Amino acid sequence: MRIKPIQTGALGIILAGLMIFSPAQADEFTKADLELWQSEFQEVVKKGRQVFTDPGLGTNGVVCAQCHPNGANTHPETYPKFQKQLGKVATLGEMINFCIRNPLEGKDLALDDQRMIALQAYIAEERRGVKLAPGKH
Amino acid sequence: MSKLNRRELLKGAGVLLAAGTLPVSMVEMAFADNSKNFTFAYISDSHIQQIKGNIFVRNWDRGLIRSVAETNLMDPKPDFVFYGGDIAQLGKKSEIDHGLEILSGLRQKVHYVMGEHDYYLDLGEHWKKRLGPDYYSFDHKGVHFVVLNSILTYDDWTYNRWADGVERMNVMAGLDDHRGSPFMVGEKQRAWLKKDLAGVDLNTPVIVFSHSPLQKIYRGWNFWTEDAEQIQALLKPFKKVNVFYGHVHQIQYNQIGNISFHSAMATAWPWPYPESNAKDASHLPKLTVQMNRADPFFERDATGWQYIDIHSGNAAMTFSLTDNSTRTVAFNPETNRPEDTRYQNNRIPPQDHY
Repeated sequence: MRIKPIQTGALGIILAGLMIFSPAQADEFTKADLELWQSEFQEVVKKGRQVFTDPGLGTNGVVCAQCHPNGANTHPETYPKFQKQLGKVATLGEMINFCIRNPLEGKDLALDDQRMIALQAYIAEERRGVKLAPGKH
Repeated sequence: MSKLNRRELLKGAGVLLAAGTLPVSMVEMAFADNSKNFTFAYISDSHIQQIKGNIFVRNWDRGLIRSVAETNLMDPKPDFVFYGGDIAQLGKKSEIDHGLEILSGLRQKVHYVMGEHDYYLDLGEHWKKRLGPDYYSFDHKGVHFVVLNSILTYDDWTYNRWADGVERMNVMAGLDDHRGSPFMVGEKQRAWLKKDLAGVDLNTPVIVFSHSPLQKIYRGWNFWTEDAEQIQALLKPFKKVNVFYGHVHQIQYNQIGNISFHSAMATAWPWPYPESNAKDASHLPKLTVQMNRADPFFERDATGWQYIDIHSGNAAMTFSLTDNSTRTVAFNPETNRPEDTRYQNNRIPPQDHY
């Protein structure tokens, strides 16, 4: 995993602050903790890529990556937003289910389904660093 | 610019037109002597995908069925049809056969271009068995047509990396699969092309068909041909060259020297522009004004049609997009390049919908 320098730097400052002012708070964490959390996240991202390219996600063999190479045109940072297809303000998960129902001819995943979470982790990772523009496609 | 409007071209297609899209292109070759004029149609990227037995993915079938129906309604009737590659999704015989069965409804002769989805399962064996050679040329009413197989790659990748053809095809079918390999025409075809063009008068309009762009746009998704510069060098001596390509499932156009480049829409699904992949830099031609919306909003979105009018060797293309205003990209003799007649100097954001 590549952690962007700016993020590492910011975390470094937070860590330093904790050590000076509150060495024994319940939410203190170490570099090892950070690495663990990051690797847990990356595991789910990896699983998300598998689901994103899994012909078995729907019923017709079509995969997410066919239309969304590198998770492009998913814009996870813009949700919740109004989706014309659904006629309401929706979350990314609901939009993923739209795609599973339509191009993939499959059945909705529960919003807390592990595959649903993994898909969102993968999409967010591909899109990391893009400026937030709420509500915009 | 176009001598025929859409209505004249599609006499009798009123009902279908009202429904929105036409995943087919019409090309008119216009000459000073009108009796020499002719037209041809262009269909590309159907990605026919087998589910099981005789069941295929409905969306992709419908796109191709529609393009065949509407090509048959065109007036004037095209002299022939070009198919720009990727009949199949995973190169299976069943997919190629099913696609050709649908295409057999066309009333004209069809010239085919090899796509990577037709090739990497059996290295084009079934495709060639059904359709013949994957590179060739012919002359038609004063124009020299060349077809290249531009989706080959390094031998080491093709022959030494994979357990079998299925694995190789699956990797190449994944546009964003980092195990893929850049497309190329290769030395053998370049030598053939050089020889083929040696007998052609430099004033003859030349039209080249390839599946991948014969220019370098974005290597990550193979919007790319590794030996593009070498092919362009072979085309350079000719006064007027047009290159038509598929693969990219979106509007692209460019001008490099005397060569105009035009992409075709897909009948299957649209692709986002490479720059929407935030992690990588792309080289979409600066000239191209992007489609207003490039993602699969609904089944047929951005699989719209284009009608290409080639006048004095220059192409004018009209793109009809389901959920956006019609776009016309025409050659501007003053600037010597194709330009969007409405949006070229007044660019629209590629996506402004919520």
